[in-house]
Amino acid sequence: MEDVLSNFDLVLRAFWLTVQLAALSGVVALVLGTLLAAMRVGPVAILRGAASTYVTLVRNTPLLIVCVFVFVAAPNLGLFIGTPFLIKGVVAVSLYTAPFVAESLRSGVNAVHLGQAEAARAIGMTFGQNMRYVVLPQAFRASVPPLTSTFIAMTKNTSVVAVFGLMEATARMRWFVNRNADETMYMFLVFAFGYIVLVELISLAGFGLERRWRAAR
Amino acid sequence: MTSVLFDAPGPRTRARHRLYAILTTAALVALVIAGIFFLDSKGELSYDLWEPFVTPDYVSAIAEGLWQTLQMAFLSIIFAVVYGLVFGVGKMSDHAVARWPSLLVVEFFRAVPVLLLMVFIFFTWGVGADGIGPYWSVVIALTLYNGSVLAEVFRAGILAIPKGQSEAAYSIGMRKTQVMTSILLPQAIKIMLPAIISQCVVALKDTALGMYIIAPGLTYIGRQVWTEFGNQFQTAVVLATLYIAVNLVLTVVATWLQRKLVGERKPLDVGMTSIVVANESTQAPR
Repeated sequence: MEDVLSNFDLVLRAFWLTVQLAALSGVVALVLGTLLAAMRVGPVAILRGAASTYVTLVRNTPLLIVCVFVFVAAPNLGLFIGTPFLIKGVVAVSLYTAPFVAESLRSGVNAVHLGQAEAARAIGMTFGQNMRYVVLPQAFRASVPPLTSTFIAMTKNTSVVAVFGLMEATARMRWFVNRNADETMYMFLVFAFGYIVLVELISLAGFGLERRWRAAR
Repeated sequence: MTSVLFDAPGPRTRARHRLYAILTTAALVALVIAGIFFLDSKGELSYDLWEPFVTPDYVSAIAEGLWQTLQMAFLSIIFAVVYGLVFGVGKMSDHAVARWPSLLVVEFFRAVPVLLLMVFIFFTWGVGADGIGPYWSVVIALTLYNGSVLAEVFRAGILAIPKGQSEAAYSIGMRKTQVMTSILLPQAIKIMLPAIISQCVVALKDTALGMYIIAPGLTYIGRQVWTEFGNQFQTAVVLATLYIAVNLVLTVVATWLQRKLVGERKPLDVGMTSIVVANESTQAPR
């Protein structure tokens, strides 16, 4: 107990690394996921096939195995040598999260009724106007809840990089627990509380966005 | 193909799409060939590095690891179903004494990373001669996490039953327990079964985390293989293939059950916390 309190800066620094990992991976995953989603809803069959192959493969692979590729196997191939661990972690987590982001966005697009776009075309809107005023606003609104879930899961998933030597929150808890074997419960609660705060913050942000963008249907 | 994003293409657009298709195919083929040449130039395709995966002794060791991984996933899902039922029904109880603790427990275990939970369980009860060991630490951590997700699934499944069912049951004089066990749960199981199978995929993927606490299973065997032969890349490919194969089988079963039992309705899905009400049929990574 005293160990955690007197070394509280280590706890905070560990969570700062978790936040960095989550934020960077979130941005990268959002970009990759948007690309994948665009490929999956687009008109070119080959691109649709390529994107859905990637989604199927990565969604069924454990994040830990993705991390093995990035942290353990890549140096053998001469890749990522001397890359900071944070970057490697971001690569692994965002490669893993991108398919889930893509699926969330795709479900948002699918939630827009066909009649909406048809009506827009019928009154003479161009493709750009149709996207800007009719389809995308509704699609974004519909994809906020699944995206929020995806980002929460991703934040929790950043813990996996602990296995490969990043001193983020989970690895730091292991460090503390290793030092004080009889006070594990207390330490677990401290770190669990940290994660719960992060998760609830993302959750609240998602809820806020959803409420702000809510429209009468 | 008509989509909300674009009209059915005309002849000129179709010609353009054909051009895109040809260009993309060329790019993808070039990418694959470049990848193969790259691997070859690093010597990663040489037979020595792949040999362990066709050597009977190592194949049986890997099969043993796969079996243990499947066991851990299967056990934790069985326990999680029981746990999820208790807490899912508990969350809907009329009594605040049962409702609030269930709610807290479920929310807590859903918000905490499985790996954190696993490390805590292992270092608290797992180590030492009389400890439960890494195997059961993995099973317990996965049970607590997946059970909490399933509790939400069960609740959503029961709430998805039309209200008339329980009202009719009450009106012919059934008790609360009777309504739950003979009217609501049998119908809800049908909606929930595909979601439970999909949760198996999540549990199976998470067994890989056991590597951090040196639990038996695929990743444990994998690490032994790559420390002995230095074939990290090849081992990772084999492990990923095994996980993907098993998960695809599970996904096929879930889809089949969904079509057979539920029909066109969307699969059950629950958000990651109680604040967000997920209404779309995507699965968040868990």
